[in-house]
Amino acid sequence: MSAQDLVVRAQRWSKEQPWRLFASQVSILVRNEVSRNLFTRRRIWIYLLAFVPAFIILTHVILDKNQPTGPAQIENDTQVLAGIVQLYYFRLGIFFACMGIFTWLFRGEMVERTLHYQFLVPVRREVLVVGKFIAGAAVAIALFETAVLACFCLMYSRFGSAGKSYVFDGPGLGQLRSYLLVTALACLGYGVVFLALSLLFKNPIIPGVVIMGWEAIAPIFPAWAQLLSVTFYLKNLCPVSLPITGPLAIFTIVAEPVSPLIAVVGLLCLTIAILVLSCFLIHRMEITYTTE
Amino acid sequence: MTPDTSQIVFEGVSKFYGEVLGVNKVSFSLEPGITSLVGPNGSGKTTLMNLLTGLIRPSQGAIHVLGLTPQQPIEFFRQVGYCTQFDSFPPGTNGYDFIYWPLRLHGFGHGQAAQLTNEALERAGMAQVARRKVAGYSKGMRQRIRLAQAIAHHPSVLVLDEPLNGLDPMARSESIALFEAIAKQGMHVIISSHILEEVDRISDRVVLMSSGYVVAEGQIREVRKEVRDHPMQILVRCSNAARLAAAAFELDHVVEAKILNDGHGVLVRTRDAEQFYLLLNKIVSGGLVEVDAVAPADDDVNSIYQYLIGSDGGPA
Repeated sequence: MSAQDLVVRAQRWSKEQPWRLFASQVSILVRNEVSRNLFTRRRIWIYLLAFVPAFIILTHVILDKNQPTGPAQIENDTQVLAGIVQLYYFRLGIFFACMGIFTWLFRGEMVERTLHYQFLVPVRREVLVVGKFIAGAAVAIALFETAVLACFCLMYSRFGSAGKSYVFDGPGLGQLRSYLLVTALACLGYGVVFLALSLLFKNPIIPGVVIMGWEAIAPIFPAWAQLLSVTFYLKNLCPVSLPITGPLAIFTIVAEPVSPLIAVVGLLCLTIAILVLSCFLIHRMEITYTTE
Repeated sequence: MTPDTSQIVFEGVSKFYGEVLGVNKVSFSLEPGITSLVGPNGSGKTTLMNLLTGLIRPSQGAIHVLGLTPQQPIEFFRQVGYCTQFDSFPPGTNGYDFIYWPLRLHGFGHGQAAQLTNEALERAGMAQVARRKVAGYSKGMRQRIRLAQAIAHHPSVLVLDEPLNGLDPMARSESIALFEAIAKQGMHVIISSHILEEVDRISDRVVLMSSGYVVAEGQIREVRKEVRDHPMQILVRCSNAARLAAAAFELDHVVEAKILNDGHGVLVRTRDAEQFYLLLNKIVSGGLVEVDAVAPADDDVNSIYQYLIGSDGGPA
């Protein structure tokens, strides 16, 4: 078949089945972005953010082999794990990793002067936003789900049969499911916020710090304002509550309680709303590398 | 007004970067063929190309390319290929993938995209090095792989920003032949270039730009005729140069008639070329002078550039 025939055929196909074209474009964008974002030396600091707690727990497991492993210690370590997830991952690890991953999706291409290639193909800019967001989410979720899973396994592995019993016959597996769900939602929620910020600001770092501040103080605001906070939804899905006092209390979340279903649906709605906003913002974007 | 589906139309287009002027009140329409954008650095050539392809939006005015705008990206970018001046590539990519994956985004299946990729690589003379990382390419190879990407989907409008930069003479000649072949298929080829001799050779028309304004636009000879401040130069190779020079001087519109050093020709500068050609016909038919060759000496892009913009038009 001649090249011209191929072109005509592809044009006809995309006109007849635009949604299949969009789906195919999203999958190609995701593939390209994932290979570009996941397997690169530039992302080493994000791997470190994700796996530092696992390394610390592993060190603890190796060094403290002879410590008691009774039920009280399991309860204690369950609290420690809850602290790692809620204080470290939600407040710092996932937050900063999403800042790195999602702001780089467009702003990074501006810095590398390659964004024009994305704007010169027959892809709607909305499709580009969705494709890049899914790719960023896939990378962030894969990393942090693995990291949380590693923390969980290491935390209970040293307890032997007691740990196994806690996980499979007790509340352990349910907690793990909740942590994995909350981690995925945190990646989506923070990710979409940073994606939108990168389309609004040339340097999204300062707005990112403002968002961090907002997430910390949101619980003192009225209930309707808390709906705009990612951590509001996450807190309601956490399986273990943290009675934290002292300086670390500023990192704890005291939110109005809502049901888990509303929390999940609410965060997904917030994510979709910000994604739609991003689709509008991308239309304002111009290729002006010299001003970056 | 219904946009013309065969033309590229700029209607009162202005672009400001804050308070800095990119281009101002640009209006023209282009027919298929090779059009060259000519002007010194900072004259607005790249801005005009970026506007045309939707990489930037006009502050005022409208642009239609074959009746389409970049706000219809699926239809628009099937018709348009743009080889930019940005010498940057996605990290880690090789020449083949650089062309293949954008084709997949066009909606081509694996086999179709592979076929078109190989064809584009062949046309750009890059097939042998396609599997090498672009980071290891020479400047000329990077230029050619970008060109291959721009032509791979067989666009009807090919926009090329300084496409001859960094190419050796052989590659330059091959690229020009490729542009001419594309234009002969009834397509638009829009080129910006500093290499005026080559632009002159291949262009059907020129758009001369200076400081964000279109100074002149149209077929080169028509533009030259409009430049009335500078008399046209006509070179006549003939047997009796002194006789022709004397006859030419009798005409009011001839401002200079210079006999060539070898004595076998006259360089005439006239404000009315048509009248001079009539005189020449009379002299020849009268048998006073035997004419070997007649050719305009300054209706090329380089001369027009010098007259209108005032520099030598050489590479900046």
